[in-house]
Amino acid sequence: MTDATLAEPVAPAPVAPAPVAAESPAPRPRRTAALALKWLGVAPFMIFALLFLILPTIHIVLGAFQTPEGAFTLRNLAGLAVPQVVRPFMLSIRLSLLTAGLGCLIGLILAAAVTRGGLPGWIRDAMLTFSGVASNFAGVPLAFAFIATLGRLGLVTVVLKEVFGINLAATGFNLISFAGLTLTYLYFQIPLMILIITPALDGLKREWREAAEILGASGAQYWRMVALPVLWPSLLGTFALLFANSFGAVATAMALTGSSLSIVPIILFAQIRGDVLQDPHLGYAIAFGMIVITGIANLVYIVLRSRAEKWVR
Amino acid sequence: MGSPRFWSWAALVAGVLYFFLPLAGMFEFSLRARRGEYSLQAYANVLGDPQFRDTFLYSVVAALFTIVLGVLIVAPTAFWVRLKLPRLRPVIEFITLLPLVIPPIVIVFGYIRLYNTSSWLPLTGTAAGTNLLLVFGYATLALPYMYRAVDTGLRSIDIATLTEAAQGMGAGWFTIITRLILPNILSSLLSGAFLTFAIVIGEYVFAALLNRPAFGPYMVWMGGNKAYEPAALAVIAFGITWVCMGVIQLAARLGRHNRVQR
Repeated sequence: MTDATLAEPVAPAPVAPAPVAAESPAPRPRRTAALALKWLGVAPFMIFALLFLILPTIHIVLGAFQTPEGAFTLRNLAGLAVPQVVRPFMLSIRLSLLTAGLGCLIGLILAAAVTRGGLPGWIRDAMLTFSGVASNFAGVPLAFAFIATLGRLGLVTVVLKEVFGINLAATGFNLISFAGLTLTYLYFQIPLMILIITPALDGLKREWREAAEILGASGAQYWRMVALPVLWPSLLGTFALLFANSFGAVATAMALTGSSLSIVPIILFAQIRGDVLQDPHLGYAIAFGMIVITGIANLVYIVLRSRAEKWVR
Repeated sequence: MGSPRFWSWAALVAGVLYFFLPLAGMFEFSLRARRGEYSLQAYANVLGDPQFRDTFLYSVVAALFTIVLGVLIVAPTAFWVRLKLPRLRPVIEFITLLPLVIPPIVIVFGYIRLYNTSSWLPLTGTAAGTNLLLVFGYATLALPYMYRAVDTGLRSIDIATLTEAAQGMGAGWFTIITRLILPNILSSLLSGAFLTFAIVIGEYVFAALLNRPAFGPYMVWMGGNKAYEPAALAVIAFGITWVCMGVIQLAARLGRHNRVQR
């Protein structure tokens, strides 16, 4: 994602001079043939993207605005405004906001601890390697790991009960709940934050810290008045990315809670499988709503990312 | 200086606890299949289950096909765009990022509606067609990772000069791509391939909604029906992820090594 804005102006430089020198003596008709050939080179990719990414999405978006007979309508979108759809959307948004927020905060603290906190260097490498693994350890196995840890017979539950005499269930904690899902999602959200924010923290120049110290700033003042303002676009952008990341996740929630917790992707999953809402086109509208929300989040990410790169080089 | 370091250690210890406990829990749970003693019974049950072997093999084969397809689609395109159509790069990059923007469940929803039995391309009508659709879907999911890996690899070599030199010696495009570009970006391709493998092997939504007997749906089924076997499956899946990420790091290190020598 970094290169989207970074590499574009750089790319033409090494490429441009060579072809010009090689092709300019060629006669004119050959040039149009060469141009056609040029575009033919990206045809396989374009056809693939069209068939398996763009057309399916367009089909869903159009379906959200169509009646079963194919006429234009806004009824499907209006149909979203029923409690059985609004509630899952609110739940999903709350879950995504919370896990993105906590993921950012905890990830930032951990990343700051290993990059700036005076810890041995190998800890930093170990943490980055582990983050690479943990951010990919999502889905079904992650849910199993948490059930085996905090479930009714899980390791932590049993140890708390037998060693410390604490009955976890009696304290009101239940893994198959909003809190449990939040705790589980953080297992891939925090590492993703660490992976993205560590390069940004590395980009904080030593001179800035020294300048702040010379001017008499305390450590807290340096973070509040120098580091955080510089990091702000990165933080907000990563927040948006984490939000989208958790909003679209299905497998973890499904394996953890079955379908007892109605977040949007689970509702859509059930709708695709068996039309539980009894209105096929409402499914299109829900999917469209998901695209809009993750689309906005990613747009925020891309815009803020390019802004963040101005400082962090 | 003493107090920031203290807080760093405190944060680290809390983090290690949070990330380590579920791993310990899943491992310990997977050993509990026999009453009163730790054993590898759950693993034996899992490995002895023909369903496990079938679904796991299915997902491995799907992952291999996905990797081949992904490389075939991404590598020549990324090379061509860098060499001949640099102005198109932002467009291609945007397209490759779309699978991160559009939730997978929405993409597969589109497949089901677009390629059903009454459509112009009835892929879901046959098992072979659905398998094909699944691999195409996985290649779509892997697109952002594969493209970024390959593009990073291409950035580190001077394609224009290399291509010109090869052409000067009479090499055709096929030779240039297979014998010049691919070997040069091998370490990037490997990291893209193993990331794809890690994604595909445990994938659930595509396989479940397209009704394919893959490892992801099998794991969910196990989760609903067995007590200790799911934890064993989770340990196996974690091991696979760990190995994939390890190979990626190794490939990156080898890639760096090559570049220094050059």
